[in-house]
Amino acid sequence: MDANKKPRINKGNPSNGGKLPIALITPSMLIIFGVLIFPIVYSLILSFNNLVLKDNTLEWVGLKNYIDMFADANWRFSVKQTLIFTVISVFCEIVIGVAIALVLNKEFKGRGFVRGIMILPWALPGVVNAIMWKWIFNANYGAFNALMTQLGFIDKYQAWLATPRSAFICVLVANIWKETPYVVLLTIAALANIDKGLYEAASIDGAGGWKSFWTITLPLIKPVLLILLITKTIWALQTYDLVYLMTAGGPMGYTEFLTYMIQKTSFKYLKWGYGSAMAFTLSIICFIMTIIYIKVFMGDDGSKRSSRRKKGGNV
Amino acid sequence: MSRKAKKRLGRVVLYLLVILIVIVTVAPFAWMVISSLSTKQELLQKPLHWLPQHPTLENYKAMLHGTSGKTTDAAAQFLSSFKNSLTVTAIVTVISLAVGLIAAYSFSRFKFRGHDTLMNSILFTQMIPAVAIIIPMYSILSNMGLLNTKAGLVITYLSFVLPYMIWLMKGYIDGIPTDLEEAAMVDGCSRIRSFFIIVLPVAATGLAATIIFAFILSWNEFFFALNFTSTAVSKTLPVLLTDFSSKFGANYIMACTAGVLASLPPVLIALIFQRFIISGLSQGAVKG
Repeated sequence: MDANKKPRINKGNPSNGGKLPIALITPSMLIIFGVLIFPIVYSLILSFNNLVLKDNTLEWVGLKNYIDMFADANWRFSVKQTLIFTVISVFCEIVIGVAIALVLNKEFKGRGFVRGIMILPWALPGVVNAIMWKWIFNANYGAFNALMTQLGFIDKYQAWLATPRSAFICVLVANIWKETPYVVLLTIAALANIDKGLYEAASIDGAGGWKSFWTITLPLIKPVLLILLITKTIWALQTYDLVYLMTAGGPMGYTEFLTYMIQKTSFKYLKWGYGSAMAFTLSIICFIMTIIYIKVFMGDDGSKRSSRRKKGGNV
Repeated sequence: MSRKAKKRLGRVVLYLLVILIVIVTVAPFAWMVISSLSTKQELLQKPLHWLPQHPTLENYKAMLHGTSGKTTDAAAQFLSSFKNSLTVTAIVTVISLAVGLIAAYSFSRFKFRGHDTLMNSILFTQMIPAVAIIIPMYSILSNMGLLNTKAGLVITYLSFVLPYMIWLMKGYIDGIPTDLEEAAMVDGCSRIRSFFIIVLPVAATGLAATIIFAFILSWNEFFFALNFTSTAVSKTLPVLLTDFSSKFGANYIMACTAGVLASLPPVLIALIFQRFIISGLSQGAVKG
C-alpha cells in the first residue's frame, strides 16, 4: 500500500543488528514451533496410523484412513453440508455487511452510537451466541415462536431445531448475526479512506448512486472484501460452537459440520488416526480456498501482493 | 419542491433502515438480558410478555451465591470458572505480549536470513484450523500431565494468540518512523533504551488494541477448553455455560444469566475501547 513510506532502517545491513534480531524472535519461534508446527506434523503422521486403545500405541495403516474417508458417505455428506453452510454464510455476511456499512456511512444523528453497537455481536463469546439463539428458537417457549404467533405468521409453536432444513437455517441465522458486524466494521473503515472528490466528479459526469457504487466504491473496497472473504470462509468452515450447542449435529446429520464430526470421531469414538485424516483434509480445504480467492480476486499480478497481506485475524 | 420532497423521503428511509439495523443487532442479546431478569412463571407464559412485569435479580444472586434448585452444581462452579477464565486469559495475554512484542520489533526493524519466510509462515499458521492441532495437542498435554490444568490451556491458546499478536504489532511498529530511533542512537542511546523510550510510547495505542484482541480471543475460546478441561479447577466459563443448557436439564433462565455475566467482560471492553478495536481490525486486515 505505502511500500515506499515503509521504514527501511537497517534493512539489508545485517551486521547492524548482529545476533540480536535472531535472539529477539527465538522465544516466539520456539513457541510457534511447539504449539503449531510440531502438532500439525504430528497430526499428519497420526493420519497414517490407527490408535490401538489397549496399549495406547500407534499402528501404521498407510493411506487407509484417507481411503476410508472418501468411501464414507457420512463424511461426504458432512463435507457437502459444511460447504453449503459456508457459501451461504459468507455470501450473506458480505452482502448484508456491505449494505449495512453503506447505510452507516451516511450522515445521521447518533451515528457513532449505532456504529458502536455493531461491536456487540463480534465481542460476544461464541458459546453465549449459541445458547442465546437456542433459547430464541426454543420449541415451547422461544421468543421466535412467540413473535411469529403474535404477528400471525404461524398458528402454533414450531420445533424449529427439530427438522433438518429449518435447523440448518436457524444455525445459519445465528452465525450470520454474529459474523456480519465484523464485515460492517471493516467496510466502514475502508469506506472512510475513499476520496469524496471521486463521487463528486462522478456525479458531475451524471453517474447515479448505484453506478458510482459499482465503479468507485466496489473496486476501492475490493482488497478489504478479499480479506473478509478469506477469513470468513476459513472461520465458517470451522463452525463448531453453534452446532455443538444448538443441534448437536442433528437432525439427521444436517448440521454435522466437519469440525463437529472430527471432534466426535476423535474424542467420542477415539479414532484418532481417522480424525486426523479428516482434520488434515480440512486444513487443505482451507488452504485451497485461500489460494482460489487470491487468484480470482487479485488476478495474476495481485497474487504476490495479496499473499503478503492476507491477514485478517480469526476474530 | 419535488426535489426537496425526495430528499426528505430519503432521510425517512435512512432513519428507518438505521432503526431496523439497531433492532436486529440488539434484540437477540436484549432478549437474553430480559430472560435473565425474569421469573420462570413469566417467561413460560403464553402469550409471552416482552417486558417482565416483575423484574428480578434473583437469578444473578443465585448464580453468584451458587445455590439455585436444580442447577446448584453448575452455579456453584460459576465463580471458580470465572476465575479460571480470568487467569488463563491474563497469562496468555502477558506471555504473548512480552514474547510477541520483541519478535514484532525484530521483524519490523531488521532484515535477516529467513525474515520473509518466517513472516509468511506466521501468516500461514493463521489458516490452520483449530481442529487440525487438537488431537496432537491433546496427546502432548496428556503426556505432560497438563490435561485439566490452566497451564495446558495457556500453552494451547498461545497457538492462536501469539502469531496474531506478532502480526498486529509488527504492523504498528512498521508505522513508526525510524528517524527518531536513529537520531537517538546516533546520540549514543542504546537500542534497548531507544526501544523503551521511543518505540513503546508511540506504539502504545497499537499495543492497547493488541491486548484487547488477545483478551477477547482467549476469553471467548471454547473448542480447546471443552476438550481439554472438565474439572472445576480448570474449567473456563464457556465450558461451564454448556452445563446450564445440557447436563442439568436445560435451565434456560440460568443459562441466560450465566451467558450475560460471561459476556460482560468482552462486551464492556469492546464497547469502551471500540476506537482501538476498529483501528486494530483495519490495521490487522489491510496493513502489511
